[in-house]
Amino acid sequence: MIYFIVAVLSLALLFAVIRGINGPTASDRIVALDNLTTITTAALVLLGLFFERYIYVDVALIYGVLSFIGVLTMARYMGGGL
Amino acid sequence: MIYLEYLGYFFIVIGVVFLFLGALGIYRMPDVFTRMQAGTKATTLGALGTILGVGLVQPEWFWKTLIIALFIGISNPISSHAVARASHKSGLRPFVKKEDMDALADIKEAKEVK
Amino acid sequence: MDWMAFLVSGLVLILIISAVFSIMQKDLLVAVIGTAAISVVLSILFYLLQAPDVALTEAAIGAALSTIIFLIAIKKTDRFEE
Repeated sequence: MIYFIVAVLSLALLFAVIRGINGPTASDRIVALDNLTTITTAALVLLGLFFERYIYVDVALIYGVLSFIGVLTMARYMGGGL
Repeated sequence: MIYLEYLGYFFIVIGVVFLFLGALGIYRMPDVFTRMQAGTKATTLGALGTILGVGLVQPEWFWKTLIIALFIGISNPISSHAVARASHKSGLRPFVKKEDMDALADIKEAKEVK
Repeated sequence: MDWMAFLVSGLVLILIISAVFSIMQKDLLVAVIGTAAISVVLSILFYLLQAPDVALTEAAIGAALSTIIFLIAIKKTDRFEE
């Protein structure tokens, strides 16, 4: 079970990183980064389940709150705001 | 409650498969907007399934995982909407058949970014 | 736990690729996206190596604060490098 979950999640990370490397424009890379942060939040909660520590879920909470501010700032910069 | 644990692992496997399908859609789709559609809807469903599945496997963690799931359900469409509007403003156009399908066509483009 | 050695080596490989990509880039917005990706992967690495406090600090600073400061600096100057 753990092997299946880790293999599928690392494959998803690999696809998002490949799109982030050879995306043609900057918007593709921003979309790939957004996808990468969502996959990372889910992966942090799952690793907290595998290690069986309750404290480790706090890292995922802080990361889920703060990660979308960076994507939102990049979008405001591309739209001409900021 | 062994059935709750089985239900939680079922949700985790469904969520992980949907996260993988979202990343595959980002890799395979031809356009920015279709990539955004595949990568946001499937990824939001996958993250919600995974996090609520963890909350079902360990029932003491349920409220904190519910807070994380609620915040992902709010913040992921907001960031996708902002990125779509910014990339339309910076000059990218979607692949449409008819002319009046572009709903944001009357918005002025930003000057300096491309 | 031999899935952990596989996961750590794969994440270190993604980290090195992303750092080299972020250095070689002429478009500075794309370089900022590469820096954010480095922060994401480094946060998972600190989390896997049993240091959740360092992971929390890395997530808070790398995801939100450094991205906003870099984007304000790019907004004041030019986006494309000569």
